[in-house]
Amino acid sequence: MHVPDGFLDAPTSIATGAVAAVAVGVALQRARRELDDRTAPLAGLVAAFVFAAQMVNFPVGAGTSGHLMGGALAAVLVGPWTAVLCVSVVLAVQALVMADGGLTALGTNIVLIGVVTAGVGWAVFVVLRRVLPQRLSMIPISAAVAALLSVPAAAAVFTGLFAIGGQAPVDLADVLTAMLGWHVLIGIGEAAVTGLVVSAVVSTRPDLVYGARRLVAARTAALREEVAA
Amino acid sequence: MGAAHGHLFHFHAHSPLHRAPAHLKLLALLAFTLTVVATPRGLWWAYAGYALVLASVIALSRVPARYLAPRMLVETPFVVFALLMPVLGHGPFVEIAGLTLSEPGIEAGAALITKGTLGVLASLTFAATTTSTQIIDALARLRVPSLLVEIMSFMLRYLEVVLTEYGRMLIAMRSRGCEPRNPRHWPALARSLGALFIRCYERGERVHVAMLSRGYTGAQSGRMPS
Repeated sequence: MHVPDGFLDAPTSIATGAVAAVAVGVALQRARRELDDRTAPLAGLVAAFVFAAQMVNFPVGAGTSGHLMGGALAAVLVGPWTAVLCVSVVLAVQALVMADGGLTALGTNIVLIGVVTAGVGWAVFVVLRRVLPQRLSMIPISAAVAALLSVPAAAAVFTGLFAIGGQAPVDLADVLTAMLGWHVLIGIGEAAVTGLVVSAVVSTRPDLVYGARRLVAARTAALREEVAA
Repeated sequence: MGAAHGHLFHFHAHSPLHRAPAHLKLLALLAFTLTVVATPRGLWWAYAGYALVLASVIALSRVPARYLAPRMLVETPFVVFALLMPVLGHGPFVEIAGLTLSEPGIEAGAALITKGTLGVLASLTFAATTTSTQIIDALARLRVPSLLVEIMSFMLRYLEVVLTEYGRMLIAMRSRGCEPRNPRHWPALARSLGALFIRCYERGERVHVAMLSRGYTGAQSGRMPS
């Protein structure tokens, strides 16, 4: 669900556009450090993956469905800066090619779905990774909690933007309650799918999971004596 | 590669709008949607004017209405939100057909639907008349950072490959009795998505190696060869 044209007023849209431009600019610099000269092909393919993953729908009640945002998932899998780039490119393609999300709201959508979900998701993930036991099996759990919190965080930032430039005469407290309630539900779906996907990748190719790299590097080979019959 | 040809929402035709330079179309689209968004609600004659301009551009593009109409469903969630406005908005209230409705709510809802619909229709017209290659070229011409343009060109080029691969995975799941929409089968769906991620990542690595073997040094024009 992307913000369309006319939902926020023009000054707010332009301001979020500027914020998004700065964030993407910084991400371009930092992503090179995450991926070096493989950035373009890898980020492009990961963006295509995020696009496909966003097609995963889950029912959130009242006959409506939410879809995966993928910010936290991408941040854990490929690193936060590459994730911001991938999600931003996905949003730009959706706005330009499929009219999903308004062109004037592209900055707003990049800030909400790209920067906030990937940023909050990565921050939560890093904190949990430090606190929880240093085992690979903890990575999907951290990723799930990160995804769970990243979605209501985006909803809260949206409500803040709505307070500044909203184009509807609705009580702000109502908006916040509705948005948070709704997005906690979406967040639960996001957390389940994110955790399961990360767990699937960790169990087959842990070396590909950016958030697990340090753990993989610290692993040592061990000889086991007994063999289970 | 088929993906360089057009994309899911492209409508093949030969019209002045199809031939117009893509970067100018993109700037026009941005100017149009910004103007629509900046127009204060209540100026209905201005919106009528925008609709007229848009209708004549669509007529010029020869994209049929029945092609655009089903693709406008993308704005449904916000139409629902806009329809709720009169119920959720605050006073003053008016009585219409036995319902107490908020007057500013009605006005805001109508403005939301009008602005949203104009934006979606304009974007769809742009998408229907512009190929992926032209969009990439337009962004490069408009000085979008070349790395970003490159990422987008790789994404658009492989999007169809990845989506059809994902589609095959879903068919395989369904033929084994799994329903991807059912949360009970999410573990299976997640394993498929995990596999899809690994395949995407490895495909990216192979593409990079193929580029290196053709002399890629990390810096280039950012254009997608047509």
